[in-house]
Amino acid sequence: MNDAQELETVIGLEVHLQLNTESKIFCGCANRFGQEPNSLTCPVCLGLPGSLPVLNQKALLYAIRIAVALNAQVQPFVKFDRKNYYYPDLPKGYQISQYDLPIAFAGFIMISSEGKPKRIGIKRAHLEEDAGKLIHDASANCSLVDYNRTGTPLMEIVSEPDIRSPQEAYDYLTTLKLTLQYLHVSDCDMEKGSLRCDANISVRKKADSTLGKKTEIKNLNSFKAVKNALEFEADRHRTQLLSGDRIIQETRLWNDEKQSTVPMRSKEEAHDYRYFPEPDLVPLTLSEEAIEEIRRVMPELPAAKWERFRQQYSLSEYDAKILIQQPSIADFFEACTHLSKEIKKICNWIIGPVAAELNARKVGIEVLNLTPIHLVDLIKEVETGAISHLAGKDVLKMMLDTGKAPATIIEEEGLAQVSNSDELEKIVSAVFNENSKVVAQIKEGKETAMGFLVGQAMKQAQGKANPKMLAEIIKRRITDA
Amino acid sequence: MNLFAQSAHELLDQIRSRAISPEDIDDSVRGRIAAVDGRIKAYVRLRDREKNSASLQGNGSFKVPIAIKDNICVKGEETTCSSKILQGFKPPYSATVISKLQEKGAIVIGQTNMDEFAFGSSTENSAFGPSRNPWNTDCVPGGSSGGSAAAVAAHEAIWALGSDTGGSIRQPASFCGIVGLKPTYGRVSRYGLIAFASSLDQIGPLTKDVTDCALLLNLIAGHDEMDSTSANVAVPDYTQFLTNDVKGLKIGIPKEYFIEGLDAPVRQAVNEAVEEFKKAGATVKEVSLPHTEYAVATYYIVATAEASSNLARFDGIQYGLREQPKTVRKTPIIDLYEETRDRGFGWEAKRRIMLGTYSLSSGYYDAYYLRGQKVRTLIKQDFDEAFQEFDTVLTPTSPTTAFRIGEKAADPLSMYLSDIYTISANLAGIPAISIPCGFSRERLPIGLQLLAKPFAEDMLLRLAFAYEQRTPWHKESVPL
Repeated sequence: MNDAQELETVIGLEVHLQLNTESKIFCGCANRFGQEPNSLTCPVCLGLPGSLPVLNQKALLYAIRIAVALNAQVQPFVKFDRKNYYYPDLPKGYQISQYDLPIAFAGFIMISSEGKPKRIGIKRAHLEEDAGKLIHDASANCSLVDYNRTGTPLMEIVSEPDIRSPQEAYDYLTTLKLTLQYLHVSDCDMEKGSLRCDANISVRKKADSTLGKKTEIKNLNSFKAVKNALEFEADRHRTQLLSGDRIIQETRLWNDEKQSTVPMRSKEEAHDYRYFPEPDLVPLTLSEEAIEEIRRVMPELPAAKWERFRQQYSLSEYDAKILIQQPSIADFFEACTHLSKEIKKICNWIIGPVAAELNARKVGIEVLNLTPIHLVDLIKEVETGAISHLAGKDVLKMMLDTGKAPATIIEEEGLAQVSNSDELEKIVSAVFNENSKVVAQIKEGKETAMGFLVGQAMKQAQGKANPKMLAEIIKRRITDA
Repeated sequence: MNLFAQSAHELLDQIRSRAISPEDIDDSVRGRIAAVDGRIKAYVRLRDREKNSASLQGNGSFKVPIAIKDNICVKGEETTCSSKILQGFKPPYSATVISKLQEKGAIVIGQTNMDEFAFGSSTENSAFGPSRNPWNTDCVPGGSSGGSAAAVAAHEAIWALGSDTGGSIRQPASFCGIVGLKPTYGRVSRYGLIAFASSLDQIGPLTKDVTDCALLLNLIAGHDEMDSTSANVAVPDYTQFLTNDVKGLKIGIPKEYFIEGLDAPVRQAVNEAVEEFKKAGATVKEVSLPHTEYAVATYYIVATAEASSNLARFDGIQYGLREQPKTVRKTPIIDLYEETRDRGFGWEAKRRIMLGTYSLSSGYYDAYYLRGQKVRTLIKQDFDEAFQEFDTVLTPTSPTTAFRIGEKAADPLSMYLSDIYTISANLAGIPAISIPCGFSRERLPIGLQLLAKPFAEDMLLRLAFAYEQRTPWHKESVPL
């Protein structure tokens, strides 16, 4: 190997998704993040001797929804297996998972990478239980275990090695996350660990039909980190291959500060998990009808929604794409369209000022004090000229702060525009009197000074004058004079 | 007759007629324990009467003392599977069977000795030392539920619960001259039974007679939403099948069970029992269970594989024993695992963990575990076929009577063969009962095993009761 041009990067991703069911996967404990350590536990999730798991049917339903959304085959024979290994966060000494018969297999998702559509295969997706969390207390020189997370339903989604660049990996993750968000089965929040990702990467000659030696990268805490780590590893592989070195098959850890990977364990140290069927859970068989019923009540997925928004609301590709980026925003938009026919205005307000506020406040629209009817009313106030567009944005902020209706805020804050022509005439007269020199200059042809007069008038009106009417009056007066 | 020496149904009749009180029975049994348990060592822990006050004062109608095998969780009581590794473990919950019993007023009088984690057939593999057979204290009581069987036989408990993974209720029942039933897999909830082999374990009664067996099964059987392997099959009142009528029932005698290694006295006693059934009007015919010879091998693959995984949780992290070596050998956490498990488990536990780990290992799985599961299916099919024609299959419970303490301790293979006749029922998931059918010249009890199709405990109890009515064995008293 000596020509970098002939090399190709091959990437496969494993995504772990925590499902947001009410209770854990095998017991009745609440499935919640950020609670007092070990407050959400029982004999079952603590793995106490004698306790037995019972499958949460909701977790299974969510898993099937994911299977359908990933265009995958649903495995009708549902069975679980034990994955045996020792770790202090794993109270039974094994994880209940699915080995040879994952609930979903042979699926795919369509992504758009660098403007081109691409199909990424989903090899398998299976249901399993999450482990607990180890907290290392350096000051006390000990480790503590929080079992609250133990038994959280997890879906592991494994892509085929169809990804050819770090950017494609990033695009795959973004699309996958959006699809999952539309299913309402997970918070998909990497910061809270409800979505986690490991990456497998290898480099080979383009002509090769077999894959090169791979490394697995762990400790990836953001999509950005995934991309950066893959870029680092791709370079490392290429450099080594081009210099004639061999790649060691191993697991490596990403260090976000140093922006590099370090070895964690080699293939020789890899576990033999001794998988075997979990005897404590009876396998169950899903009927064709049960799977069909889940298919029938599937929520609309992002690609379908994008298409429909463009058709039904005559939105541009761009506008539709922005609207569907968050399911809650898309829903909000649709709710607004039921209240007003000003589709384009609604779209502009949502992807403009509303989105800006959401970003500034770092929250989703669902937690804000904003109702579709209030937003539609606000748009009406601006469109009829009752308030200026600028004032409209201020009113929006206050709506979000207080939850009050726009009319109430406009009233309370005295933000209504002066659109009364008598009043505006009076103001213009006063400005003309005070600035007779400027008026004269304009008449002599210095039309640029018009703006000065409008500004002065607006100042007198304390900013509340209807700017359009004001400009018209000034123009007419100068012509008439 | 002393209260401790009576059966539960006799005592319950007297409680109902107000002739005696539950406290009288409790006193009597505790007195008996004080008198003889030093010689028998059936119990590893006794439970004070105050702790049973809820049962004693409640409305339950089964206020007689019951002994519980040390692998069934009793809330707040140390429960150790007679292993050092679980020392100090007090479960914060009770097994479903315990809750059910306590609702009916049962007095949990103590926890009984067992082979560590139910690994054994003699109760010698206990961290507390061996229990002894009440008929001859130089002999083992059988195992692994040897403590429960010895307690009932020695009148240290009115009745008892054991668990049976490959014969652990039936073989000690046979050795101790009492009745022991392994229910159909799924008949009784396993929730709170510390697992040995999850796909084989069942909790069941050890009693002085068949009537008590039916009564105790009534109390513990039924679906439990905490155990998804428990079956949602209606539970009849099993006492209604104690009709003393076996006319026309078809009994199959599997030729593969009457082989070399079967002691002559056992063979003779079982043959005499067959004659007794014929006299009672049953028809008897030979049947073939062709895969019988593979049962022991299959069992030791499946059971040890599951055990190796089930015992992984005993790692010194959350409960029980924790040992850390003085100096670091590998890493602190791996050292902790190794030291804890090395010191916590006995030899038989270590042997089975290694066997099971091996058969599940990559590269061996297909040849061992997977093959074992396939043979298991064949063994089950043997029985399915037999029960097309027969109402029951009749065999000896064990090829021998109780052996001497220490006799087989150094020879695990000969110990494993003690369960050669009982293992198949667990592999097939079918119910099986052991009832006394005679004595050897040394006055050691002999047991007879009856097997039936899944959920046909009624058939077993019907046959066992009819036999019991015609024979004196259950009335024989231990020489204590």
